[in-house]
Amino acid sequence: MRNTEDRVLAVLRWAVIATAVAVTAGPLLYGVLLSLRPFQSVVSAPLDLFPAPGELTFDAYPTAMAEYGLGGNMWNSVQVAVATAALAIVLSVLGAYAAVRLRFFGRDAVNVVFLGVYLLPGIVLAVPLFVLLSRVGLTGSLAGLVFVYTAQTVPVALYMLRTYLVAVPSSVEEAAMIDGCGRLALIRRVVLPMALPGVAATALYVFMIAWNEYLFALLFLVADRERWTVSLGIAQLTEFSVPTTVLMAGSIAITVPVVAGFFLAQRLLVTGLTSGAEKG
Amino acid sequence: MPAAGDSNTGGERLSDPSGTVETGGPSPAPRQAVRVPADPQPAKSTRPGSVRTAAPGPWRRRPLTMSRREDLHGRLLVAPTMAVVLAFAVLPFLAVVLFAFLDVRLVDIPRLYLDELEFTGDNLATVWGSPRFWSAATTTVVYAAASSAGAVLVGLAVALALRHPFRGRGLVRALVLVPYVLPVVAATTIWKTLLNPGYGLVNAVGTEWLGWAEPIAFLTTTSREAGPFTVPVALTTVIAFEVWKTFPLAFLFITARLQVVPGDIEEAAQIDGAGKTRTFRHLLLPQLAGVMALLAVLRFLWSFQNFNDIYLLTGGAGGTEVLAVRVYSELVVRANIGTASATGLLMTGMLLVVVAVYAWMIKREQA
Repeated sequence: MRNTEDRVLAVLRWAVIATAVAVTAGPLLYGVLLSLRPFQSVVSAPLDLFPAPGELTFDAYPTAMAEYGLGGNMWNSVQVAVATAALAIVLSVLGAYAAVRLRFFGRDAVNVVFLGVYLLPGIVLAVPLFVLLSRVGLTGSLAGLVFVYTAQTVPVALYMLRTYLVAVPSSVEEAAMIDGCGRLALIRRVVLPMALPGVAATALYVFMIAWNEYLFALLFLVADRERWTVSLGIAQLTEFSVPTTVLMAGSIAITVPVVAGFFLAQRLLVTGLTSGAEKG
Repeated sequence: MPAAGDSNTGGERLSDPSGTVETGGPSPAPRQAVRVPADPQPAKSTRPGSVRTAAPGPWRRRPLTMSRREDLHGRLLVAPTMAVVLAFAVLPFLAVVLFAFLDVRLVDIPRLYLDELEFTGDNLATVWGSPRFWSAATTTVVYAAASSAGAVLVGLAVALALRHPFRGRGLVRALVLVPYVLPVVAATTIWKTLLNPGYGLVNAVGTEWLGWAEPIAFLTTTSREAGPFTVPVALTTVIAFEVWKTFPLAFLFITARLQVVPGDIEEAAQIDGAGKTRTFRHLLLPQLAGVMALLAVLRFLWSFQNFNDIYLLTGGAGGTEVLAVRVYSELVVRANIGTASATGLLMTGMLLVVVAVYAWMIKREQA
């Protein structure tokens, strides 16, 4: 009786693992394989997943980047995502330090505001942002997008950084302060170097959010093809009859940096994201 | 905020803010030894036994005591973040409330001045009386409930399966996270290709090997008879997508919680002859219940407001029009800021109800 239960569970366990791997990694692999085949052969033989020896081609990538303009879009995305990550990190390092180390009047109110922002639907904020930014002429500019992304990511960044900053021993800081180190110099010279891996992981996370974002890019930039981010670019291409191999190439191209970065920083990111789960 | 994110989105918002930014609630910030602001502000932290760092007498004359400086620095350090958040999140939200009561369209923006506003309740009345709004609201609730429950349950199953070490577990863990980090546009593009009726893999397998009479247009078919049931095809597909995209987060959280479960009680129970299923139900599940409930609520809130996934997959066709897509089409297609804001406001109200119910349940449980 016990043996049957154990055996069933063991089989079930491996079934779950196998299905999970197939379902999660499968689509990505499918995208990679399609991007390496000529479009004609995808249409005529959809079940042949692996490219036949003679038909392997990388043409879809240069086509997507140059002919369909995704290369330029990608450069826009890099600029927006880097600027957002930099701005969000500067702001949230200061904020997280204050939240962890300092007692100041209004700290709880600040926390409530951030939690509220975190829960507000993006689509609801999109309406007035669209209106207000077109009133001041910031729609259609990448700078407007950077500010919106920063406001959206700062609460999460601050929350993640808090976890990392707590780990920095405050005795070191006190020693530095006694030696006459000012607050900003203290953050820059003492706290930041000690929390550097965590700060890097947070920066990467913010970069990923900005890189992946679609809604605000759609609302603000759709009229101006020169300024499209790469997510918007690919989404717009699906509206036209662009060969799916090209779309796959574009999708894989925007995925690679994000997935690679995530796996490099996986450990830190996971700790930062799930801190607090242990207590739940 | 995909947001973590997505989003959230957080992020997504998050991001996910956009999409995809999603994390748990803030953990209580560790506090240093209680210090009391020496300035005459309402001293919230004055508790019996707290140490006054600013002694009365000659010390008071000094320009900045330790704690006063701390107070000042704290506010200065938070100020820039606060400014950005106020300008790009709080102010816009107040504007939504304002616009919901104004008769404004996109063309009116250049001539919109604060001193000549006329308030009206028409937008809210129109939206409230529109059957399309209520059908979108129903779809949204079904979508959010099904995908949050699905994500938590799948996350639980995978977390349990990967609980004990085996060769290659690290790699499997990493692979399982792929859908969560995949840019949403890449994910939807790949899914759209997979499900394409002409050359997609799913329909090719179905028609060639599973004996389907014809390919299924998963993303545009509203409903389909399957034996005695009517299946909402497109809605089920977008729910499946959302579960696929978000279960890794549930998996991460449940795994983190599983790692701090003390092992000895479980061992004792198994030695006493309780089977694995019973051990799970009576020992493990109660310990995981808290984090699972929190995840379910967070996922519900995020799926409830999800725009990207559905808009990119179906554009709202095939019975998948959710509230977020309605807000978008009121704003962009009908160019009506008033009704778009009213829809958004009602949507936020519904979210607040969910948050309030959750907070009330937590409170009742603790009492």
